This record gives sequence, structure tokens and C-alpha cells, in this order.
Amino acid sequence: MRRTLTALMVVLIAATAVSASWARSTDTKLGLVGYAVPREALEAIIKEWQKTPEGSNVDFSQSYGASGDQARAVANGLPADVVQLSTGLDVDYLVEKGLVDRNWDKQSYKGIVTNSLVVFAVRPGNPKKIKAWDDLVKPGVEVITANPFTSGAAKWNILAAYGAQRKLGRTDKQARAYVQRLFKNVVVQAKSGRDATNAFLSGKGDVLLTYENEALLSRKNGQDIQFTIPKQSMLIEAPIAVLKTSKNRDKANQFIRFTKSDTAQRIWAEWGFRPVSKKISREFRAKFPTRPTVYRISDPIFGGWAAADKKWFDPKGSIMVDIEKAIGGPTG
Amino acid sequence: MEAPLASAVAVAAAGRPVRAHGERASTALSLGVITLYLSLIVMLPIAALVWASRSEGKQAFWDAVTSPQSVAALKLTVGAAFVVAVLNAVLGTVTAWVLVRDDFRGKSVINSIIDLPFALPTIVAGLTLLALYGPKSPIGIDIAFTRTAILAALMFVTLPFVVRTVQPVLTELDHEMEEAARSLGASELTTFRRVIFPNILPGILSGFALAFAKAVGEIGSLVIISGNLPYKTEVSSVFILGQIESGNPAGAAAVAVVLLVISFAILLVVGAIRHFTTRHDRA
Amino acid sequence: MRRYALRFVALFYLAAILIAPLGIVFYRTFEDGFGAAWEALSAPDTIHAFKLTLIITAIAVPLNTVFGIICALAIVRKRFPGKGLLNAFIDLPLALSPVVVGLSLFLLYGRTGWFGGFFERHDIQVLFALPAMILATIFVSLPFVAREVVPTLREIGDEQEQAARTLGANGWQTFRRITLPSIRWAVIYGVILTTARCLGEYGAVAVVSGRIQGETETATLRVEERYDSFDLAGAYAIAIVLALIAISVLLLMTLVKPREGTT
Repeated sequence: MRRTLTALMVVLIAATAVSASWARSTDTKLGLVGYAVPREALEAIIKEWQKTPEGSNVDFSQSYGASGDQARAVANGLPADVVQLSTGLDVDYLVEKGLVDRNWDKQSYKGIVTNSLVVFAVRPGNPKKIKAWDDLVKPGVEVITANPFTSGAAKWNILAAYGAQRKLGRTDKQARAYVQRLFKNVVVQAKSGRDATNAFLSGKGDVLLTYENEALLSRKNGQDIQFTIPKQSMLIEAPIAVLKTSKNRDKANQFIRFTKSDTAQRIWAEWGFRPVSKKISREFRAKFPTRPTVYRISDPIFGGWAAADKKWFDPKGSIMVDIEKAIGGPTG
Repeated sequence: MEAPLASAVAVAAAGRPVRAHGERASTALSLGVITLYLSLIVMLPIAALVWASRSEGKQAFWDAVTSPQSVAALKLTVGAAFVVAVLNAVLGTVTAWVLVRDDFRGKSVINSIIDLPFALPTIVAGLTLLALYGPKSPIGIDIAFTRTAILAALMFVTLPFVVRTVQPVLTELDHEMEEAARSLGASELTTFRRVIFPNILPGILSGFALAFAKAVGEIGSLVIISGNLPYKTEVSSVFILGQIESGNPAGAAAVAVVLLVISFAILLVVGAIRHFTTRHDRA
Repeated sequence: MRRYALRFVALFYLAAILIAPLGIVFYRTFEDGFGAAWEALSAPDTIHAFKLTLIITAIAVPLNTVFGIICALAIVRKRFPGKGLLNAFIDLPLALSPVVVGLSLFLLYGRTGWFGGFFERHDIQVLFALPAMILATIFVSLPFVAREVVPTLREIGDEQEQAARTLGANGWQTFRRITLPSIRWAVIYGVILTTARCLGEYGAVAVVSGRIQGETETATLRVEERYDSFDLAGAYAIAIVLALIAISVLLLMTLVKPREGTT
């Protein structure tokens, strides 16, 4: 009996010690939930911010994953003060759930913190000579992209593909037919943009539809990746927003403002994201070439995220559902 | 507590142990603890699962389960699990045979290694298979993101099942029967077919069912190597994961309930086999 | 001749499926030198991931051990209705997909779940935090101790316990002095299996953890995270550590199994 009691005491003391070591002694804690790609950039920006008087004594918990998944996790209770996602659509989802203020896109730069472009990542030497959108639908070309029903990255890819055709002068019907032909060539639809990149880097496929910053990041990590920016491409605008349920809204907003400051925008640029700040953009214009035709989600051919998402990606019935069914692909 | 003498007398008189008052109380206590624990850990979650699957109505349940992608995933899952379980039944039996009847240097090491898939985290298993049979494979075999990869991963995680259920049966097998058969002129094949096989069959079936159950639910080893390509290499567990993350927990729950039913069915089969063989032994 | 053929088949099967892949991982980890592997292992988030795995295991194993022993005693020694159902529920975690386990917890404790509202109002984080991960791990590792102890208890019979009772020992004394020692090796073997299962858990925890770096990432989730971050060497390094732990568990199993008696 005595031995049992002693054992119980030891366990209790151990448990207390463990939980005590888990208690943080810093002033403020911010939860940052982000999409997969900006993980390293945000880690660097956080470290930089913690050197400033505003950011000292602020501790961060960070979670990264596919943008849509993360948005839904937050809606399901994943603790967060700030979200940095890959599409305004995912932030609007949180607005719908009452977790983000509907005026989030009235903050500086319309709530956007970085830009990027849709690009084609190809094999070293580009053996299949893939340069333009029409090269993607040639027979025998294997395309990799993320799954549009789980990944914001994929949605940008598909809309970019459609948009390019429209900007080339083709009709809505022709452009949709193009997207279907494109998906006939898709061999892997990964869960997130990062998973798609890993699939490509592990040797699958001839071309990867991805963000410019993802391609630059892989290169920075020592991967031998080559990419081309097509003449027509879509501007990927990644938003950042504070949660209404945050217990540290002021601190969270300070952090958000910092991510758009010169210091942070330079860090973004170093990690391959196009700055929203015009000043920093000019500094890095050698790294980020411009292209003749760049279109945004606000373009009339899309009509904004709400309209585009319903038309293209509604799992209950949309253009992508029809296309995926036609080729035997995912519908949800 | 109860007087020991009285108890002893009661035992002597009744010829069997009498359930004393104290024992009923302790049974109640045990059952109380068990029920509480099981409710919190197993039953409540399962109840929430079943409830959620029906929360949007019968039609929604049916739609979720019969959607083309869900059907494709279920077909692949059950099909792959079946193939793997059959391969296991054959190769596992051979391995068990070799381990019991054969002898060679290093046999005990090999015997211990068999349990490795039980001990190794499944995600590590997936990573190791990717290293050997993926694009940067040293032996030039690249099956990553294909159905073959799924089979390879499932073979890894289910490897021990049949071996471990057949081994003890083979070990305990009465050699006398075999010798009798041989002395009566039966060939090796006939001996195997008529004497050995019927005796190890319950073990093989048990292992088959367990391997099948494990394969149907497997996820860790598949997330990296299978590519999770819907309609082509997406198994039900990955599909369910996708549904959760797409904000469709009711749909996920519907397919999960289907897997649950399959699991229960397998449990019944294994239980029946176990019951049959235990009775068989006692007789 | 047939003997060699059978031996060849068995060994080739094991080599192709089991041995070769493991060997390659060991090779790949150190392909780029110890540096990359060490960096991944010594990163604070990785160390935390290992700590978290150990903490969850340290909580789940004792609970399931106590439960397993109580359960086994009830199944073998006591009479009550619904024994078959109890057996089925105990065995269920073995047949159930870990993702289904995670989903059921998600449905129970998520914001819109049965208990989600309650916990949110009281500011208690269950999902995407340690409690849900512990519940998930307990669920998937539930059966092992019970399943190992039941056959042993059946085999040894209860004559000694009956004798002890008639000699005046109370329930607790009988348990501690007679029953427990006789099932000792079965319990130990069950604990080893439970521990291995807890250390290697992925599917259920992946659904409920939220993958908060440095907080709710276990070692297995960390492997996937490193792979996702282009840090293949790091992923392999963590995998190796887990594999080495698994091999030690294997050795323990090999040592204990003969004494356990049942296989």
C-alpha cells in the first residue's frame, strides 16, 4: 500500500513538473495559422519582429498547412489570432463563420501581404520545351497540380489557365474546353501546393503548376528546379487578417502592420514573394520580372472570389466538378 | 469480510464456488469502471460519428457514400486489402513453415524481425518504402504514386499477421498424425492437403482477417508514397481525411461508418474463428 | 530441393518488403553527412515533438494497462451479460482506421461538436491540443494489455485465488499477491505492445492535432512536416530515431515473449 502511494506521489509530482515547464512566462502569445508555402518567410519575419520593442516578449505558436484546410480548422476551433492564407476566399469563409471582421480587406493593401504569379516549373533543361499555356495540353505532357477542392494554390492555377485563354482572345466556351484538356494531362492532384511541389521534385511529371514563390523557395532549399513565367499569368494575392476572437487584437494588428513594413517586405522578397509595397518592389525588380499580361481575381472574367468560387469550385455543382467527372477525377 | 470457514463449507456443500456478496460488489465496481472508461474513450466518439453521418439525412448519407470518388476509394481500399491479405496468407504461411520446420543460421534473427511492422511507426514505413521504391531508388524501381506502391506499403504493415497466427499452430501440430499418414503411404502433398492444411487453416483465416482489417484502415504508410490521386491511388482513409479538411465532416462520417461496419464484420469473423479453434482445442 | 525453394521464397519476401527498405533509410539519412541529420534532430521543434510523443505515451500506457487488467479479470473471472459486446468494443480499435478514430473525436470536441460548445464556453481547449491527442492515442492503443492478459488468465485458472480467499485474504491482497504475479509477463508484453503503438501513432493524431509547430506536433507528425519542408534528410533522421526505438521494442518483445507463454 505504501509503495502504491509513493508511486502515485511520484507520478503527481512529475505531472506537475511537466505542466509547469509548459507554462510560458512571456507576456503575450499570438497564434499564427498560415498556409503551407510562407512557413519559412513568416518564421523569419516573426524573429525580426521579436527584435523590435513592439514584438519583444511576444511568443508565437505557428501552424502551417493547405490554405483551405487551415481555414476550416480555425473554424473548428484551431486557436488563432492571425491567419495568413493563400486566397481571399478562405478569409471570406472565416468572415462567414463570424471569426473575421467583414472589413478585413479595407486594411492597407486591401488586406493583401504578398503577391506572386502562377508559373510552370519544369525539368532541368526543359526537355519538353514548355513555355506557354498551349504547351501544357500537348499529348504526352504530364502536369502536376494541387487538388482545387482542398487547395487554394490549385484554384489560382485553374483560374490562371482559364484567364490566359481569355486574354489570348478565346471565348468562354473555348477557354473551359482548354481547362478540360489540361486536366486530361494532370497525373497527380496533391492535397496542397507544397505536396504538389514535393511530388514534382520526387520525379513525377514534366511540369508543375505552382506559385513563383514556391519555385524560388525550392531553389533556395537546394532543389535543382527550373521555372518559366508564361506571358499571361495571374496575380496571386495572399491575404493576412486578424481574428475577431483574438484576445490580443492590438498586438495581432501590430504584427500585421509589421508584415507590410519595409523590413518585412524585404524578407518576403528574399524568400521569393513579390512585395505589395511599390518601393520594395522596385528594389527587387531584377528578381521579379514583369510580364505583359497579368490579371487579378477582380478582373470581370472572374468577378471576384465569391462569384468565381461558386462558378468554378462548388462541390455541389460547378465547372470543375463537371470537368473532373468528365476525366474521372476528384469532385470534392 | 465473510468468514473463511463458512465459505469453505459452502464450497464443499455446493460443489462450486458460491458468489459471495463482496464479489458481486467488486463485479459491479469493475463493470462500472470499465463502462466509464470505454464510454469516454470509445463509445461516445463512435456514437458522435454515427450521429454525424446521419445528421444531414438519409439521402445525404447515401449521396456521400455513393459519390463516384467515394466508391472509387472504397473499391480500391477493399480490393487492395483483399489482394494483400491473400498474398499474406500464402507468403505468410510459407514464412511460418520455414520458421518452424526449417533451420538455418540467423533464423532467430529473422524470426524477431517479423514483428518489426508492429513496432515501427507507419509513417516511417511509408518513408522507407519511398526511399527504396520511389523515384530516387537505388535499384531502379519506381512505383511511387501508383497502386503498386499501395500494395507494397500494405504488405509491409500486414506482414506479421498471418505468420504469427500460423506459427503457433504449426509448432503445436501433432507430428504423430503426419507420421501415421506417411507410414500409410500418403505422399507429401497428400499429407499436407489432408493432415496439415486443415489444422492450420483456422490460423491462416484468422491472420487473413486481421491483415485485411489492418489494410482497410491503413493511412500512415500511404500518405507519402501513394500520391493520394483521387480515383487512381486514393484509399478510403485518405478520402475521409480529405472530406474532413474540405469542411464536409458529415460526408466523412458517412464513409467512416461504412469502414466501421466492415471492421465490425471482420471482428465477428475473427471472433468466430477464435471461438471455433478454442473449442476445438478444448475438445 | 523443396526446402531450399521455400526458404528462398520466404527470405526474398522478407528482404524485399522489410529489410531492404529499412537499410536504404539508414543509408539515405547519412548520405549528406551527419550535419543535416543532426540539425534536424536538434531543432527545438523536433525535440519538443519527441517530448510530446513521450508525454502522451507516458499517460496512455498506464491508463490502458490498468484498464486492460481490470477488463481481463472481469471477462475471465466474472459473470455478467454482454461479455461478447465488451469483447467486440475492446477489439474494435484494432480493426478501425485511425482516421476514423480522429474523425469521431473531431465530431465530439470540435466547435460544432457535441461537447465543443461546452468546452469553448469554459475556455478549455480539447481539440487541436493535448487532451484530444491523448484521447486519440488511448483509443488506438486500448486493446493490447487486455488481449494479452485474457488468455493467460484463462490458462492459469483461479484455484490459487480461491484458496487464498478461503484462507482469509481480501480481494486486494489476493490480487496483489496471487493474480498479479501470475499474469506479470502477459502484462509486460501487453505494455510493450501498447507503448510501441503509442509511439508510432499517426492517423488519429494527424486529424486532431492542428499541427501547431512546437506544441501539438508529435514525432510522427514531425517526420511528415520535415518531408513537406524539403528537408528529406531531417525526415529520415527522425524516422531513424523512431526506427531504432522500434527495434529496441522488438528486442524487448523477443526477450519477453517466451516467458509470456502464449503466442
